[in-house]
Amino acid sequence: MTGPDLTLSSLAASIPDGATLAIPPDNCGAPIAATLALIRRKARGLHLVCVPQSGLQTELLVGAGAVRTVETAAITLGEFGPAHRFADAVRSGRIRVLDATCPAIHAGLQAAEKGLPFMPLRGIIGSDLVPNRPDWKVIDNPFAPSGSGDRILALPAIAPDCALFHAPLADRHGNVFVGRKRELMLMAHASRQTFVTVEELFPGNLLDDDRAAGVIPAIYVTAVAVARHGTWPLPFLDRYPGDDAMMSRYVELSRTQEGFDRFLEELLTRQVDAA
Amino acid sequence: MTQEFTTTELLIGVITRLLAGSRHVAVGAASPIPGSGALLARELSGGAMRVSVLGSLKNNFFTSGGVELFDLAAQGRIDAFFLGGGQIDGEANINLVGTGGYPASKVRWPGSFGSAYLYFLVPHVILFREEHTRRVMVPKVDFISAPGTSEPGIHRTGGPYAMLTPLGLFSFDRARHRFRLESVHPGRTLEEILDNTGFDFDRADKVPQTPAPDPGWIGLIRGKVREEIAETYPRYAARIAPATA
Repeated sequence: MTGPDLTLSSLAASIPDGATLAIPPDNCGAPIAATLALIRRKARGLHLVCVPQSGLQTELLVGAGAVRTVETAAITLGEFGPAHRFADAVRSGRIRVLDATCPAIHAGLQAAEKGLPFMPLRGIIGSDLVPNRPDWKVIDNPFAPSGSGDRILALPAIAPDCALFHAPLADRHGNVFVGRKRELMLMAHASRQTFVTVEELFPGNLLDDDRAAGVIPAIYVTAVAVARHGTWPLPFLDRYPGDDAMMSRYVELSRTQEGFDRFLEELLTRQVDAA
Repeated sequence: MTQEFTTTELLIGVITRLLAGSRHVAVGAASPIPGSGALLARELSGGAMRVSVLGSLKNNFFTSGGVELFDLAAQGRIDAFFLGGGQIDGEANINLVGTGGYPASKVRWPGSFGSAYLYFLVPHVILFREEHTRRVMVPKVDFISAPGTSEPGIHRTGGPYAMLTPLGLFSFDRARHRFRLESVHPGRTLEEILDNTGFDFDRADKVPQTPAPDPGWIGLIRGKVREEIAETYPRYAARIAPATA
């Protein structure tokens, strides 16, 4: 399956319940339109791998009951305020949180893209993250002079079932332009399947273009769907600003589950209107 | 005596002085005041200093994605970075995760971000927190996102260098694992700092007052620097007094 031939609903249907799903931060192509399609199809039991953090996308999925596990360095709505649905789900134990730190998530994905079992990383030893992550191992640096006792943290490979993000452009061959946002390329390399929404189609082949260095080749891309303003109400790079009034309203309403439900209903309705 | 500057501008000025001589300063999440201090320091450096503001498109030269900041730090290519904490204790341990138990924390904050890594690898980490109360400055953090110090045998090229709050400026002695109060901000008192700090710290018999920002900096803070930081922190910039024409 390649090429920009999918609707959002069939894209969402391709991401199964219980999938490990890699997602980007809010300022890096968070696919809100596709996320609403996942919520519309009542996705359940997702294990989100936030690369390396998330915001509104995780809030919406957690608030809608679609999430079992959140693996992340942080969940933040930045200047808009606290991520209430995430905090509430943590407090009540409705979701499991695998707390990490940004480069640990990158390192796990880098191990996966190289087909390695783990990646070592400096720092982190002494943080309470380590005893709470039994899947992380402190090992001896095998290259240190003997007796010098250089301990180093080993992070297991993270190979998500699916990656899902929004990008500026794709062509009809399934190549996707991400530019400088190379964490999206890392996500695609590490994940078994990659689903992308794009602002628009590129006429021609992106690999024949000057921009090819910023292109994820189609070999990694499972399917592409066009979703104009696919990150709304979040901003998208320098292409369009975010809807700040909507975000402020979200933070206010999402203090309670009832308020969240009302907000979500409104978002879903507006998406139908736009379609 | 009327002050010619706001507390925010004082803090930006202190940060600018702390950063003098840095080659490359990086500014992380939720850091408009550190970002402003770094951009002012860059302006004053005459082009010698590079500044990377995370979340910015214009003031961010990374082309290798999210890993680049961390790879640069591990190679020693970042001299200064800023961290905060919902809780900070007297050994400079910081907590960005939450309080009231873990993992089902009663109060849950965003999470550790890159702190557990960068605190080890950036030589001058400046702790910055806009709230200086006993709620924040605690005897012992509930969760160590990143430790202030490490035992021998742990690779560590970086760590806490200073802590700045709206009350005063501290340095950190990595050998003694203790903060030292370096100066008290204008209009604030030592007693106020003692009352609002939940841990012991060192200090001279007579603690000096924090120097005011250079008068020439105020126009830059309200003008060029404000415009630059507004790209990443528009709501913060809207609260800062703009330069009067």
